[in-house]
Amino acid sequence: MKRLMTEMAMVLGALVYAAHGAGPAAAETFITVASTTSTQNSGLYDYILPRFTTKTGITVRVIAVGTGQAVRLARNGDADVLFVHHKASEEKFVADGFGIRRFDVMVNDFVLLGPESDPAVVGGEEDIAEALSKIAGAKAAFASRGDDSGTHKKELFLWKASGADPKAASGSWYRETGAGMGATLNTASAMNAYVLTDRATWLKFSNKGALKILVEGDKRLFNHYGIILVNPKRHPHVKVKEAQAFIDWVLGAEGQAAIGAYRIEGRQAFFPNAGR
Amino acid sequence: MTDFSDAFGAALGLVLGFDADLAEIVGLSLRVSFLAVAIATAVGLPVGAAIALYRFPGRAALLVAMNALMGLPPVVVGLIVYLTLSRAGPLGVFGLLFTPAAMIFAQMLLVTPIIAALTRQVIEDLWVEYEEQLRSLGAGPGRAVPALLWDGRYSLLTAVLAGFGRASAEVGAVMIVGGNIDHVTRVMTTAIALEVSKGDLALALGLGIVLMALSLGVNGAAFALKEAAERRLG
Amino acid sequence: MILPLTIQDVSFEIGGIRLIKDLNCTLEAGPRTMILGANGAGKSLFLRLCHGLIRPTTGRVLWQGAKGRDPADAQAMVFQRPVMLRRSVAANVDYALKLRGMAAAERRAAVEDALGHTGLRRLADNPARVLSVGEQQKLALARAWALQPEVLFLDEPTASLDPAATHAVEQIINAIDAAGTRIVMTTHDLGQARRLGDEVMFLNRGRLLEKALAERFFSEPENDLAQAFLKGELLWWQRGRDNLKRNPPKQRRQ
Repeated sequence: MKRLMTEMAMVLGALVYAAHGAGPAAAETFITVASTTSTQNSGLYDYILPRFTTKTGITVRVIAVGTGQAVRLARNGDADVLFVHHKASEEKFVADGFGIRRFDVMVNDFVLLGPESDPAVVGGEEDIAEALSKIAGAKAAFASRGDDSGTHKKELFLWKASGADPKAASGSWYRETGAGMGATLNTASAMNAYVLTDRATWLKFSNKGALKILVEGDKRLFNHYGIILVNPKRHPHVKVKEAQAFIDWVLGAEGQAAIGAYRIEGRQAFFPNAGR
Repeated sequence: MTDFSDAFGAALGLVLGFDADLAEIVGLSLRVSFLAVAIATAVGLPVGAAIALYRFPGRAALLVAMNALMGLPPVVVGLIVYLTLSRAGPLGVFGLLFTPAAMIFAQMLLVTPIIAALTRQVIEDLWVEYEEQLRSLGAGPGRAVPALLWDGRYSLLTAVLAGFGRASAEVGAVMIVGGNIDHVTRVMTTAIALEVSKGDLALALGLGIVLMALSLGVNGAAFALKEAAERRLG
Repeated sequence: MILPLTIQDVSFEIGGIRLIKDLNCTLEAGPRTMILGANGAGKSLFLRLCHGLIRPTTGRVLWQGAKGRDPADAQAMVFQRPVMLRRSVAANVDYALKLRGMAAAERRAAVEDALGHTGLRRLADNPARVLSVGEQQKLALARAWALQPEVLFLDEPTASLDPAATHAVEQIINAIDAAGTRIVMTTHDLGQARRLGDEVMFLNRGRLLEKALAERFFSEPENDLAQAFLKGELLWWQRGRDNLKRNPPKQRRQ
């Protein structure tokens, strides 16, 4: 039994050692960025962040959630930088004193996907509002994020422009998944529904099923990404120096070039527009 | 069906290729869950034993609460831990959010009620059998605890394994408090969730198969250990 | 010394049912006491009351010689079905000694000694749980022996044993007695009571009906129920029937 005790003590010791290893390395400088699933799932961060880290030695930890939740995290001070795509929320964040200033970073666009069979006949339509009202008219299945994300807010904005009220049909043809972009795409793919997504996520998405792009190019489909330093007056622990270095890099020539150089299957996914 | 064969292919590729990222994720998963279970065991065993052996006002309510907490949704635990560890929360100053420590803490909260409740049952049954003998030898409930825990060790091992199963399989809590940060807080379950959200279902299922293999390995090792000890000590 | 033990007006009830009724007696140092009686007579309860495992509802259990020290430290009990801890034979004895606060260095010799006396030395490292029932009971006796109690209570220690194991257990009980421990034991086996008993207490339905030297109890019991018990007629015995003519009960004569 004594031997068993010794063995147990050794196991415990090993656990404590493992825990120590599991903690963040103290020497590493890092910042936390609250961002969106679209930027992460598209693979953009995997492409640009190593460049920044190589140059500055600062690691960037990305929390990829919906825009609504990302703003919430930043308000609570759980991130140093907010990097999302819903201008109104971002401006409110700054106006409320939680952020210093909003900068344009890049643009990509949303696309309307639907099944190849296209029951509402919206393929090739140039006016997104018109396409949506056709879907509503046909009562064709439409999958919505329903999660207060940037994409969801954009979708609601477009519905408003269409004059249709999908909320009234929630549960019948209008289906709110309350989930991330990927989960919603999986759902739409499984039930052949129309769905609004950002182009980058769609290009990178593997489980495409019978879905394809039906409407694109409408100016209202443009998707603006902004970056904001969390206000250190609100949250004194914010790593201002490192976070500012990141923002400067993203907005500077090097970062902008990196964003513009990123390709998904040979196509440019994000268009840098800082300072424009 | 192609998804399934793709998934096995992906799993095999992941394991045979010994992907460094995968090894890191597996390592972190095991470290987080083992440690959470170790702490939960250190708390759950004595608490469970105490509730088994002592009668006090409110005991029945505590029992019901403990059993109900076994079914605590991970997302709720994640949310509670997030609100606690957030910079805006009461423990925010420690900056523990989005670290493995936060994940360990959340899983510990999930697992402790399971271990405590199962321990309570094991020890209570054992005490019925042992009480007269132990009290005759001079051990009341308090002094009997170590002997009871030791004698119930095989049943308690099952309780601990149940806890480990829950810890290693849950995603809701670690996703919220860990943030699924690459190389920092990404574990098996959050990696699976990420691949699902990217639509790479085969890779997601492949990771799932690796996770199941790990779980099988841990349970197999525990079983072998128990068999060996049982042969030695009865 | 904790003896003599005085049981003073002791009653014990569960759920309003009185299982031990107004019991009075004194156990002095010396003789081996056999407690006899039918099932449900209260024999086991009596032992547990004496040993302190249960508290009397009314009355007192007094260890007259204890003089401030804890009488529990000078007693041990062997149960009908011994509980073996899930560890080795030697560790089971060692655990009992550890609970009594004996230093580790002394314990080793005491364990050796107790296992030697009970013929278990060759099994010392075996798991206690896989011993036969007879060996387990020997181990229970070894555990009690190692404690060197002043009083040892035994609750039908051979009830589940075969004749050979019973014989071995009786020999160990004799040896423990010879080493100076006071034996208080319940049994169903009248032959065993004759072999081991110096003194007999006869209980029926929670009452102590007779306490006498064994020789006297077995040759001419005073109580009519005890007489019926010894003849094996207790079950269908009724006061006032024809059995009364053959063995007129004392109470009736008074």
